[in-house]
Amino acid sequence: MAHDPHSHPEPSQADHTTMGEVHEHPTWKQYKWVALILTVITVIEVWVYYIPAFVESRLFVPALLIMSAVKFAIVVMFYMHLKYDHKLFRALFVGPLSIAILTLIVLLFLFGHLAINAG
Amino acid sequence: MATTAVVGHGHPPTTTGLDHRKVAIWAFIGSECMLFTSLISTYLIYKGRSVTGPFPHEACNPPQCATALKPILDIPVTSASTFVLLMSSLTMVLALAAVENKGKPGWGQGGWWGLGSSKLWLLATAILGATFLGFQAYEFTSFVHEGLTIRTNLFGSTFFTLTGFHGAHVTVGVLWLLTLLAIDIRRGLRPKDTLIVDISALYWHFVDVVWIAIFTLVYLIR
Repeated sequence: MAHDPHSHPEPSQADHTTMGEVHEHPTWKQYKWVALILTVITVIEVWVYYIPAFVESRLFVPALLIMSAVKFAIVVMFYMHLKYDHKLFRALFVGPLSIAILTLIVLLFLFGHLAINAG
Repeated sequence: MATTAVVGHGHPPTTTGLDHRKVAIWAFIGSECMLFTSLISTYLIYKGRSVTGPFPHEACNPPQCATALKPILDIPVTSASTFVLLMSSLTMVLALAAVENKGKPGWGQGGWWGLGSSKLWLLATAILGATFLGFQAYEFTSFVHEGLTIRTNLFGSTFFTLTGFHGAHVTVGVLWLLTLLAIDIRRGLRPKDTLIVDISALYWHFVDVVWIAIFTLVYLIR
């Protein structure tokens, strides 16, 4: 039977010397907090979906996009360790992601799903 | 930031000081970002342009549809599958932590059921991934029974293509996890194997973040 990892002082703050980087990872406690935050945001997302007045409001889509972006960033930073990893990995991820999101926005403008209201 | 030369595994030092395999998985994930964004773009561009039902969030009544059709997306079921996938990311990081800390004081020595057991967390992640696939199979089957196939309308074509590609990625991830579990059972994963678990974990978390985007853009935003 394995020991309870919670009893270890800093169980997850291991050095990644085997992969060529030296950095610290979040602790078990942080991992569990991250999971809790992700769950709470998901619950809020689904909850607002069932509020007709909010769905009709202008805040609905931006609120969902912000919550989704926060969840995305939390997973990438803490679970994928990009917050702690080498900046080359960050560039390899953020670079293509930025190009992809920019292309998506341009396409939505091109096909009339987004419009700049100049008048 | 502190970096050192690559250690161990019989690989020569690299010019970046980083293991090529980890650079490769991040480059792969970057390219996958572009793939999934193209599929999401296609879905969004054709959103609301289906001529006939079923529709995702709206009912379809005659004469537009031959028979009355209710909105097809089942948010409670998809919310449950989303929660399952989010929890699989937690078990995946715990599996990685278990491998990299194996043998340290206060950690398990390879048993199955302790909280420091990599086998337990790898198995849990694979089971959660398989559960997500079960939800997806249920969803696809019920959609087909309700009259929505990949050929029915623009929504069906783009929806099945996007979620089908994601499901295929989850399937690959589950097989990858089961392979790691088999290695762990056969010879035991040790701290020197951290990188191979880390690479699979990155892939798994990427599959999770793609679903975070799909859940909001496809299922929740009307």
